[in-house]
Amino acid sequence: MAQIEVRDLRKTFQVSARAPGLWGALRGVVRREWREVHALAGVSFTLEAGELVGYIGPNGAGKSTTVKIMSGILVPDHGTCLVRGRVPWRDRTAHVAEIGVVFGQRTQLWWDLPVVESFELLRDIYRVPPPAYARARDELVALLGLEPLLDVPVRQLSLGQRMRCDLAAALLHAPPILFLDEPTIGLDAPSKLAVREFVRRLNRERGVTVILTTHDMDDIEALCTRVIVIAGGQLLSDGPLGHLRQRFGRERWLTVDLSDPGQADPEQVDPGQAFRAEEFGARLVRRDGGRVCLAFDPERVKPAELIARVTARHAVQDLFVEEPPIEEIVAKIYGEDGRIFPGGPGSPPP
Amino acid sequence: MKPLLAIFGARFRLLLQYRAAAWAGVVTQVFFGAVITAALSAFYAGAGDARQPLLLSQVVTYVWLGQAFFSLLPWRTDPEVREQVVSGGLAYELLRPVDLYALWFARALALKTAPVLLRALPLFVVAGLFLGLRRPASLEAALLWPLAVAGAVALSSAFMVLMNLSLLWSVSADGIHYLVPVLVMLLSGQLLPLPLFPEWFKPVLLVLPFRGLMDTPHRVWLGDLSGAAAAYALAHQWLWLVALIALGRHLLARGLRRVVIQGG
Repeated sequence: MAQIEVRDLRKTFQVSARAPGLWGALRGVVRREWREVHALAGVSFTLEAGELVGYIGPNGAGKSTTVKIMSGILVPDHGTCLVRGRVPWRDRTAHVAEIGVVFGQRTQLWWDLPVVESFELLRDIYRVPPPAYARARDELVALLGLEPLLDVPVRQLSLGQRMRCDLAAALLHAPPILFLDEPTIGLDAPSKLAVREFVRRLNRERGVTVILTTHDMDDIEALCTRVIVIAGGQLLSDGPLGHLRQRFGRERWLTVDLSDPGQADPEQVDPGQAFRAEEFGARLVRRDGGRVCLAFDPERVKPAELIARVTARHAVQDLFVEEPPIEEIVAKIYGEDGRIFPGGPGSPPP
Repeated sequence: MKPLLAIFGARFRLLLQYRAAAWAGVVTQVFFGAVITAALSAFYAGAGDARQPLLLSQVVTYVWLGQAFFSLLPWRTDPEVREQVVSGGLAYELLRPVDLYALWFARALALKTAPVLLRALPLFVVAGLFLGLRRPASLEAALLWPLAVAGAVALSSAFMVLMNLSLLWSVSADGIHYLVPVLVMLLSGQLLPLPLFPEWFKPVLLVLPFRGLMDTPHRVWLGDLSGAAAAYALAHQWLWLVALIALGRHLLARGLRRVVIQGG
């Protein structure tokens, strides 16, 4: 049986709406108007034990709502959700003892207490037997490099240090499932790498199921084998990262360094010399000095042929072909949903 | 029990660190106590030979007990819970494998004991030595009093959880913070000893839960409540405690169904 089973989840929030200005404010006192926001409009998926799933979507897509329902702190209007055979919100205390949750923008540590005292409190709250606690703590401290931080009050930690401590705090009771809600938000590059490495090992070595919501596509690319994309409360795509690329990103990118940077700018040189993407059956992605980046469909234009035609037409210093970064693919998916990014395919996420 | 003891212990220890606030509180309470006892002494002097429900020495002791236990009164929401509701940290509270009512009650219990202890001990010394606070009236009174105080602490904590619960409906607790202190101070006997209230109002005071917070322990100390009357007053505390906990649990169950943890 699947470890997590979500079927046709729906959740509508009532948001109070008010006409702008003084008149609107006065009217709001007498009669409150409500607007309905469909955070989830029928979401279904199943997760097996040991999966590392990326759950992505634009702001307001319903990611956090889904995570909150799966962790038992929000009740859906409709649909079912079973985690390890339990309905999370109905059996909340038993359920939450078996999951770990990290909200990147919040901390579950006690602000005024040294880190290690927060850990000890969590040990008591989760009723972790002392030997199991000592083992889990020592392991997490070693993996996350927390030794020098244990005696420091939480409010004195940097964001990166705090996140590492929060990860440890969420795992002291050895939960088989871990929800990570934007765990790398606001972190510097080394801290992001440390968090990713830790999550990878946790998943590979201990088989912990990880559900990761993020806006950082590097997180997804580095970690996830499966990606669920949600927008407007509905699933847009669910499958391996490779499928996502195949379905939405058959495109390849050709980046060319021109010997004469001037040719990159059609307005600067005479029209006969200028570099034009359309000439090669490709689309211009960006121009940066003498460097141009073309997007092309390898089914229609063979890469070798394209390169031959470009080099025949222009003097080229260097070139390479690559797959477009996942951001571009995601932007394209969101774009297909029209409502979200009217800019259409290729427009970057905000 | 272990998770709740851990929560209670952590907060209790933390609150014991706020010694400066406690000393400031002691000074304020000595000031207010002096003003109230002076005013009541003047009234007693002006009343001539009319029979009063309490002797002046008893009233003075009653007032000082009230000042010593001032921070026991439930007059606002728990700042920690308020912070959680505003910041969305309530999500983490719900992620604890602990009954939320019990969790909030344990937090409230710490908030209604540690600061009280820090303030009451110096006030007992100062008021006992210099300001006319008398000893418990009898051995019986001295033995019953801790029970009455325990009842008051539990009752106050249950009140506080009820106030916290209002945060699930309205994030700003301003309304509660304007209304509750006045009610609690007046009806518990903190402002004016309840025996001095007019006769026609006493049946109401007798039924309402607020006297269990202050009046009951004070009058047990004075020996004004003893024997059957004391037993009745203690029962009144515990009956209300059960009622408030039941109400709190009911509201919590309803509130949680509608609570929305925003953002993130």
